[in-house]
Amino acid sequence: MMDNKEVIFKIENLQTWFPITKGMFKKVVGHVKAVDDVSLEVYKGETLGIVGESGCGKSTFGKTAMMLEKPTGGRVLFNFNGEFKDVTKFNKDEMFSFRRKVQMVFQDPYSALNPQKKIYSSFEEPLKVHGIDSMEEREEVMRKVLKMVNIQPDYLMRYPHEFSGGQRQRLCIARALEVMPEVLICDEPVSALDVSIQAQVLNLMKEIQKEMNLTYLFIAHDLSVVQYMSDRIMVMYLGRIVEVADSRALYDEPLHPYTKALLSAIPVADIHHKKNRQVLEGEVPSPIHKPDGCPFHNRCPQCMEICKTQAPRMVHHGAEGHMVACHLYDKEAPKA
Amino acid sequence: MSNPATTSIKEQNKSAASSLFRRNVRKFMNNKLALLGLVVVVAITIACVIGFIAGVDFNTPVLPDMKKPPSSVHLFGTDTIGRDLFARVLVGGCYSILIGVFCAVMSSVIGAALGAVAGYFGGKTDTFLIRVSEVFQAFPQLVLVMMLVAIVNKRGLGNLLFIFVFTGWMTTFRMVRNEFMSIKGETYVKVCEAFGMSKNNIMFKQILPNVMSPIIVSTTTNVAFFILQEASLSFIGLGVADTTPTWGNILNAAKSVSVVTNQWWIWLFPGLAITLFVLAINFLGDGLRDVLDAKQQ
Amino acid sequence: MDSKEIILNVEKLNTTFISDKKKIRIVKDVSFQLKRGKTLAVVGESGCGKSVTMNSIMRFTGKNAIVEAKNIQYNALKDGKVEEHHLESIKEPNGPEMRALRGPDLSMVFQDPMSSLNPVYKVGDQVAEGLLQHNKGMTKQQAREKVLEMFRKLGIPDPEERIDCYPHQFSGGMKQRVVIAIAMICNPELIICDEPTTALDVTIQAQIMELLKDLQVNDGKSIILITHNMGLVAEMADEVCVMYMGRVVEFGTLEDVFDRTSHPYTKALLRSVPVLGLADGQKLETIPGATPNPADLKEGCEFADRCPECTEKCRKGVIPCYEVNPGHHVRCTKYSSFPEVE
Repeated sequence: MMDNKEVIFKIENLQTWFPITKGMFKKVVGHVKAVDDVSLEVYKGETLGIVGESGCGKSTFGKTAMMLEKPTGGRVLFNFNGEFKDVTKFNKDEMFSFRRKVQMVFQDPYSALNPQKKIYSSFEEPLKVHGIDSMEEREEVMRKVLKMVNIQPDYLMRYPHEFSGGQRQRLCIARALEVMPEVLICDEPVSALDVSIQAQVLNLMKEIQKEMNLTYLFIAHDLSVVQYMSDRIMVMYLGRIVEVADSRALYDEPLHPYTKALLSAIPVADIHHKKNRQVLEGEVPSPIHKPDGCPFHNRCPQCMEICKTQAPRMVHHGAEGHMVACHLYDKEAPKA
Repeated sequence: MSNPATTSIKEQNKSAASSLFRRNVRKFMNNKLALLGLVVVVAITIACVIGFIAGVDFNTPVLPDMKKPPSSVHLFGTDTIGRDLFARVLVGGCYSILIGVFCAVMSSVIGAALGAVAGYFGGKTDTFLIRVSEVFQAFPQLVLVMMLVAIVNKRGLGNLLFIFVFTGWMTTFRMVRNEFMSIKGETYVKVCEAFGMSKNNIMFKQILPNVMSPIIVSTTTNVAFFILQEASLSFIGLGVADTTPTWGNILNAAKSVSVVTNQWWIWLFPGLAITLFVLAINFLGDGLRDVLDAKQQ
Repeated sequence: MDSKEIILNVEKLNTTFISDKKKIRIVKDVSFQLKRGKTLAVVGESGCGKSVTMNSIMRFTGKNAIVEAKNIQYNALKDGKVEEHHLESIKEPNGPEMRALRGPDLSMVFQDPMSSLNPVYKVGDQVAEGLLQHNKGMTKQQAREKVLEMFRKLGIPDPEERIDCYPHQFSGGMKQRVVIAIAMICNPELIICDEPTTALDVTIQAQIMELLKDLQVNDGKSIILITHNMGLVAEMADEVCVMYMGRVVEFGTLEDVFDRTSHPYTKALLRSVPVLGLADGQKLETIPGATPNPADLKEGCEFADRCPECTEKCRKGVIPCYEVNPGHHVRCTKYSSFPEVE
């Protein structure tokens, strides 16, 4: 692990709720609590993996962290050269400067490039917007980022439909790097790619991280991919963090029953692997009607009485930095 | 060989560049019916423009030559007051095509601009613009024409252009709005937002090019629609004044039953011109749709 | 082996698509056998022809496809007697002969449960549909009883209520159970599952896989599982068929393919997928290049351009299959000392 950890992102009690409206007057009848009270710190140069099943709010969390989605509560503090500023209160100009610091790579490389435009103009536009006026300078940047993803500059004169999925995702990564961001939020960057291409892109992303000292927020549903990429992993369930741990520790000694189930559900490509499968009953409840208490209690094999009424707190357990939100590990929890 | 850092990527790789335009032209050339449509449209337009510039005499009544059938002197014959029908069809074509093209283009521009705003911003803006377009759709065109004639107290080209644009932008508006709504959710738009691009830039430089193909197609078919509209309004005498010939206007002379039965050439030739032109435009529009349809690419 | 043991025998299946007046071979000389009561996994990346192969067997291919085969033999076991069906000789893809087989004998579960169900009909009616189609004279009430029984068996909670629900009231995992119920309702011998869990979450995937395993072990169904996930293969399959660009490159038992992996593509595929518990700093192996376009393939081995062990021999002609072990077939010139198989 890194010795002197500098925090680059500090997220406090982040909330992103989407209103559900009904009727002619758009009366708000409820909320989809996509992200519900999430707090964490992201260190400079690390990869923080965010994993969870569909609907757990991991994508919304990523979008909210970079202000593509407006949070309904909480603060997002970003480290601007040593000074923490609350991004949620930024005006237009400040937001614009934040956009150079944090960039995003999206899930679907097939729709991430404008089909009517040559790659060249898709690459040129962000640079123009960010004030690089001379064409020479712009092209120097383009050459640099293309070299990082191993794509020939002459490919820029083509249209997106002439590229394969892997090439497109590499182009998207290159484009995000153009503004020299400090943080790259990757939302399922390989899940739309073929298995034989995934490894290429993952390794490339690791190399780029080293070269540019980037911080990654790596969002994916596939725990094995996340574990390969990340230093630390945050497991989400129904909009909440259930466990945060070092990538190794999460695999070696998962604490939360949900993490354990998630790990055991992943099929292993080894026929001598001892199967100790723990199949979860039931389905993820809807984020509109979350159960009281622990959101996981209705599927949890170790559910206790207290879990049904009281939401668990985040507590330290085991190794340093290993946090878990579960009553099983909360010794000081008020017993009901 | 020059230093690669100083020559632009664009210049250096011209040969490697691929062009959507060239491919679309090739595709269009393979579509025989559309090509035929284009040839007919262009031929009629050129003929009309040449006739107009050459200054053929279309307005002098030659009373002795009244209601003459087609002959070598008068190719299409003469009308009820002895004007040469061939000249009138040529010059009338100019005006008809002008009305069609002008109204189609203008209503597309207005419809596209409003549709872009409504689709991209959504919410209250969208609801408001939708309501406005519904109000416009509810206006009966005929009554509007009569109102305008009553107000400005004369029939004229201007009236017609105004009314057509005024009442014709809603279809394009709705289409563009729906397209914008769906494209707004595409990842590449999110990417632009993540780069902090302005709303104007995203709307008109990023999304609009993706909506251009349906706009072009609908503009083309709208030309035909407006020509037909003009013809029917002029036929009932509410269109352009008689001194300016249009295809519909010429047909106006064929309102009486005796003309319809005895002087077939008076209605046949302008009628043929309209039919041919509209049909050709529709072929062309269908062809463009096949070529430009993004879903087929 | 006699036809009691083999339920499906496919020999030299070829499927060609016609697009823009060009012929593109998508499935090339595919041969495999499925033993009764076993699970065969067909693995490969998207575009390798695994789905087209199954659709060709079921005759679900469109009008622009030409399906040719030396033999597609399905052996039905009815009251201890074997009925042979030669699917390749059935002329009408949607004629009565083929339709009679679909449902009571062969059935299919598709990838996307969200679009496999018709949103305007109740799920119970959709499941009963196949039953009423194939059992003339069955009353609606009897069919409903059967559907309820099936729902209970597949672990759908509150079957009496859920039978009258519409698909949108179901979650993804439950929808896939309904789709499996539709496939199972006529008690088929062979179920083809085309990526049944790709659209689902891992915990739901585990549930569905348990269910399929249960059907195979307890009811003796034969299953063909199409997937790209090597992990699922390792857990589910008895035999494995690895496909690349329309060809079977490796075929063998689970142990053959995982412990004695022979084809360079299979090796690369197994090593390029991240697995849990990789040591820190350990790098994934990558397969260089991208999957070629089936329209412009050159002669020789389809994998040659991406293969680390490619030699001169790999670039010429059609690479035959070699039998490196009894029942373990590999299409690679490395093994040319072994006997060739058709």
